Amino acid sequence: MSIDKEKMIQMFATMTRIRQFETKLQEFFAAGKIPGFVHLYIGEEAVATGACATLRDQDYITSTHRGHGHLIAKGGDLKRMMAEIFGKRTGYCKGKGGSMHIADVELGILGANGIVGGGGPIANGAALASKYRGNDRVVVCFFGDGASNQGTTQEALNLASAWRLPVVFVNENNGYGISCPTCKSMAVADIADRAAAYDIPGVVVDGNDVTAVYEAVGEAVKRARTGDGPSLIECKTYRWRGHFEGDACVYRDDCELEDWVKKDPIPRFEKKLQAEGILSVEKAEAIRKAIAAELDAAIAFAEQSPLPEASEILEDVYA
Amino acid sequence: MAMKTYLQALNDALRQEMERDPDVFILGEDVGQFGGCFGVTQGLFKQFGEARVKDTPITESAIIGAATGAAATGLRPVCEIMFVDFIGVCMDQLFNQAAKMRYMFGGKAKIPMVLRAPQGAGIGAAAQHSQSLEAWFLHMPGVKVAMPSTPEDAKGLLITAIRDDNPVIFLEHKMLYGIEGEVPDEAIAMPFGQAAIRREGRDVTIVATSKMAHTALEAAETLAADGISAEVIDPRTISPLDTQAIVDSVKKTHSLIVAHEAVKTGGVGAEIAAQVAEAAFDYLDAPIIRIGAPFTPVPFSVPLEQAFIPSAADIVKAARRLRG
Ligand SMILES: Cc1ncc(C[n+]2csc(CCOP(=O)(O)OP(=O)(O)O)c2C)c(N)n1
Ligand SMILES: [Mg+2]
Repeated sequence: MSIDKEKMIQMFATMTRIRQFETKLQEFFAAGKIPGFVHLYIGEEAVATGACATLRDQDYITSTHRGHGHLIAKGGDLKRMMAEIFGKRTGYCKGKGGSMHIADVELGILGANGIVGGGGPIANGAALASKYRGNDRVVVCFFGDGASNQGTTQEALNLASAWRLPVVFVNENNGYGISCPTCKSMAVADIADRAAAYDIPGVVVDGNDVTAVYEAVGEAVKRARTGDGPSLIECKTYRWRGHFEGDACVYRDDCELEDWVKKDPIPRFEKKLQAEGILSVEKAEAIRKAIAAELDAAIAFAEQSPLPEASEILEDVYA
Repeated sequence: MAMKTYLQALNDALRQEMERDPDVFILGEDVGQFGGCFGVTQGLFKQFGEARVKDTPITESAIIGAATGAAATGLRPVCEIMFVDFIGVCMDQLFNQAAKMRYMFGGKAKIPMVLRAPQGAGIGAAAQHSQSLEAWFLHMPGVKVAMPSTPEDAKGLLITAIRDDNPVIFLEHKMLYGIEGEVPDEAIAMPFGQAAIRREGRDVTIVATSKMAHTALEAAETLAADGISAEVIDPRTISPLDTQAIVDSVKKTHSLIVAHEAVKTGGVGAEIAAQVAEAAFDYLDAPIIRIGAPFTPVPFSVPLEQAFIPSAADIVKAARRLRG
């Protein structure tokens, strides 16, 4: 699959946007500015970016507790994301959801999720609606290696397969569910192997190679859109930070992280784009600067926005 | 006796029971080397090894089911559900399997398992990590439900839970893990179904569970300055419930407030109010007042979350309405 230059540059920008956003959050959390839990996506940017770059605006995604990258890649507005994470009324969820529940239904983002394995069945529902209405919308369901062991996930894979639903299950295998390494939580080496149980394609890709993710998910999206049913794409990657900010990571070796930092998906892609003459050093710098400015504006917006009033607590329980 | 945190007290109970009884083992997500998301199982993996402190995949149904099956065949599992909110994932294994097995089998099986889970709001963890769900379990014949509010109770009740031959849902409040109190060094089982009178009083009875027991004591202090003498009762276990202690208190004070952090609607307070109305209606001078969270999911933002959690001021206001 050839990827046009514009798309390549866009993917570089998206990965950069995610990295900068998450790096800021890391600072804010350390400074005590953000309440609750924050799960950062640093190191895994190529997965959300490559996968969402294959989608149309009307397509859907379901996300996870580690959702900021998915949201940004699907077009989420940094201002409203940042405001939500700060608990402000101007945030995506009016301050009611926070980091783990950001959603933008208009952009097809059916929510981050605090329940591991919560997204698969919902992705099926959206895909069912697409099939029911006869439009050709596709759903990407992001889920972790840990989530792959939940009953809900396996049930969702089966239903999607039995009903040939237009879902692409994008597994983010970052090697751990909190402290538990995949070698202890499952006996298979590749989560993609489980696709065989549902008679759907199962593909393993280098999750730190954005073009590889784009190609594999793109292929699966095409199948889904043309009625050939679901696929399971396993993206091997690594989270650089602790499970949540504040996690000291006693369960893994520093050298493991160092190895993965060498495989940083962003400079790797940047070098490739430079070598192919697609992105100059100056252009890359200009993109980084523009994103930094966009992020500063988002932070200013979040900081200046009001907190919700206590009286707002009763709003939005029912439609 | 020694000063210990609620969290250390729980850890002590687990350690001592595991030392005493080789059939006791722990299973759950990140309970091993990691020591549990909040640290309750810290050090146990090192002492007892992988066979008795078992990290599971993220698969709550399989955890509860494994505990149920192991308990039915003679072991004494203590499983941890990382946040009580995740109980929804494994509800069938709990309420259709563990809770009913003995009865359905005509008394031919026993299920000596403990399900520990933290609940409660206060850390900005939002709607799927902050709930208080004890009412769900109260409505479940076959399980017992403990809600310790002090370090001493945390230890004593957990020991009883482990030794009990029935499934026990053991609900810890995550905001209490750090509180300190005197805790006996020995493993002393604290009986279920015996409420603690946290403060004696004449004018109004306040029944308050878990963290709300502390809030009620704070309110009682304010009320004392107003000349209102409040009696604070902490049921410690809601199933079995020490109705007698509550009724005895109401016969003395002639008024009742029930306070919990869970949403008020359909909460444990409704059950307690109904039981008191049945047993001691004639002794009441005024309608019973229930205090609980508003009928909403737990919101994220700090001012909203604070508005969600019932406060000492809410209790004081209610008591003044009754006795002002
Ligand atoms: C049903 C449920 N169980 C447990 C948790 C606690 N928890 C939150 S994230 C997580 C690990 C998830 O691992 P994985 O799916 O691999 O995603 P990752 O964090 O690695 O991105 C766990 C156990 C939860 N939120 N929901
Ligand atoms: Mg993982």
